[in-house]
Order: sequence, then structure tokens, then C-alpha cells
Amino acid sequence: MPNAAEKLSGGIASELLQQHGAALDAWFDDRFARKLKEVEESKTPSLAIIATKGTMDWAYPPFILASTASALGWDVSVFFTFYGLELLRKELHLEVSPLGNPGMPMKLPFGPKWFQGINWNIPNAVMAGVPGFEKLATSLMKKTVRNNGVATIQELRDVCVGAGVNLVACQMTVDLFGYKRDDFIPEVKDWIGAASFLPIAQKSDVCLFI
Amino acid sequence: MSGTTQELDARGLNCPLPILRAKKALNGLQPGQTLRIRATDPGAVKDFDAFCKSTGNELLSSEQNGGEYVFQIRKH
Repeated sequence: MPNAAEKLSGGIASELLQQHGAALDAWFDDRFARKLKEVEESKTPSLAIIATKGTMDWAYPPFILASTASALGWDVSVFFTFYGLELLRKELHLEVSPLGNPGMPMKLPFGPKWFQGINWNIPNAVMAGVPGFEKLATSLMKKTVRNNGVATIQELRDVCVGAGVNLVACQMTVDLFGYKRDDFIPEVKDWIGAASFLPIAQKSDVCLFI
Repeated sequence: MSGTTQELDARGLNCPLPILRAKKALNGLQPGQTLRIRATDPGAVKDFDAFCKSTGNELLSSEQNGGEYVFQIRKH
């Protein structure tokens, strides 16, 4: 049972609320919005990427996003797992495969403009059957990249390393595929598992699986 | 305010290289100094605007000169 004093103060409070409730609400809302904005503006955004692909084309999205985010001043972590570990090798040997990839334009990066514009329709059977087709496609892709002033994967990775991007690798993949830690660049900051990466992902503002 | 301006030639480079090169060049500048960037990537117009908004550096100008884009950024 509330005592007399509590009853009295409760009465005063409800009277105050009745008289000034709307003004108090407006004051609180305004102050809360300003505080929230302040907190948001002083926060460093963060990005967490899970890189799972080991081909040259799929190496671009994680490294472009990670290097650009670091240039924007964000905190960036990239977790390399399965074939994504190829992106951390000391010597990068990334290739591109047009086989089973109907979205990939098959254009030649030399000759007159009309010739470069042709999209060669090469049957899957040819791509699969001709020895060295992937090597050829890779070297053509590299030339296209050079012609267009697009960064190399090595260049983007160097930016990430230089900017202190948190590059972490999946220990399970290393064991699974029989790799040695020594195969990879020494800037790999940690060798971890899913249980260690998820808390990083949980705290990040942007999390991408690539 | 310092009047020093540094030049960066990002012509022929494609996304995101102009931004990455600019960031690197800005790292070597003192607050108040200006970086002048020349680029040919049309995407750089929106990118430098977004870059300056998120990094707090001031985009003094963003102009198009024929097929070339010129940006001036004052380091925060």
C-alpha cells in the first residue's frame, strides 16, 4: 500500500504531466533526436566481408569494397574461407573461367573498335574441350583490365594491407585442403573459425557474403 | 590556412583507383592544404562527392573540362 507521501508526490507528478506533458514530450523527442544524431556521426562505420571465391573475377568485389571502405575511414574485416583463401596467397595465381558462366562477355581486347565490340558466342563444348582455354580467357581478361585502367587484384590487396584492413583466414580450410600457413601473406592477422568471425560480423554495420 | 596545392593525375584510372590514390595523397597533406585531382572516370564525380561527405574533407570544386574532370579537395 502506498503511504500518504507517495500518494501526494504521485498526485503532483500526474498533475505536472497533465499540465506540461506535451511540452515535456516535445523536449524529450528533440533532445533524443539530437543525441542520436551525435552518436551516429561520431561512430566509425564498419564493414565485414566473407570472401569465398578463388577466381580472378570474384576476387574484385571483396578487394574493391574493402579498399574503398578503408579509404572512407571505415573499420574493415575480411574473412577468407574455402576458395577465398586463394586471394591471400603470396603469389596470386587467379584465373577466370568462362565455362558455365553465360554472363561473362567474350570480347577481344585488341583490334579496331567494331572488332572489340563483338561478343563471341563460343559453345560450352569448345570451352571445355580446348586445352588452355581458361589460360587464354584469363590473359584476355587481364589485358581488358589494363586497357580500362582498372586496378589489378595485387594492387587492391596492397592497399588493403597498407590500410591495416583486418585480413583473417579460415583455419578449417587450411586443414581441409592441406595448405600451410606459410603459403599465405604474413599480413594475415589471425587464423580463425566461424565462432570467432561471427561476433565481428555481428558488430559490423555492413556485412557481405561474396 | 595554407595555400599549398598538390596535384594528382588520376586520368585513365577506373573505379575505385581515383579514390584510393586521392586518399593516399591526402594522407601526406597537412589539414587545410588542397589536393587537385584530374580524372577521366565519369563515376568519379559522384564518388568524390560521397568520399568527401564521409571523410569530412571539403570538396571545394568539381568541374568538367572536355572529357576530363577536375576536383579540388581541402584536407580536414
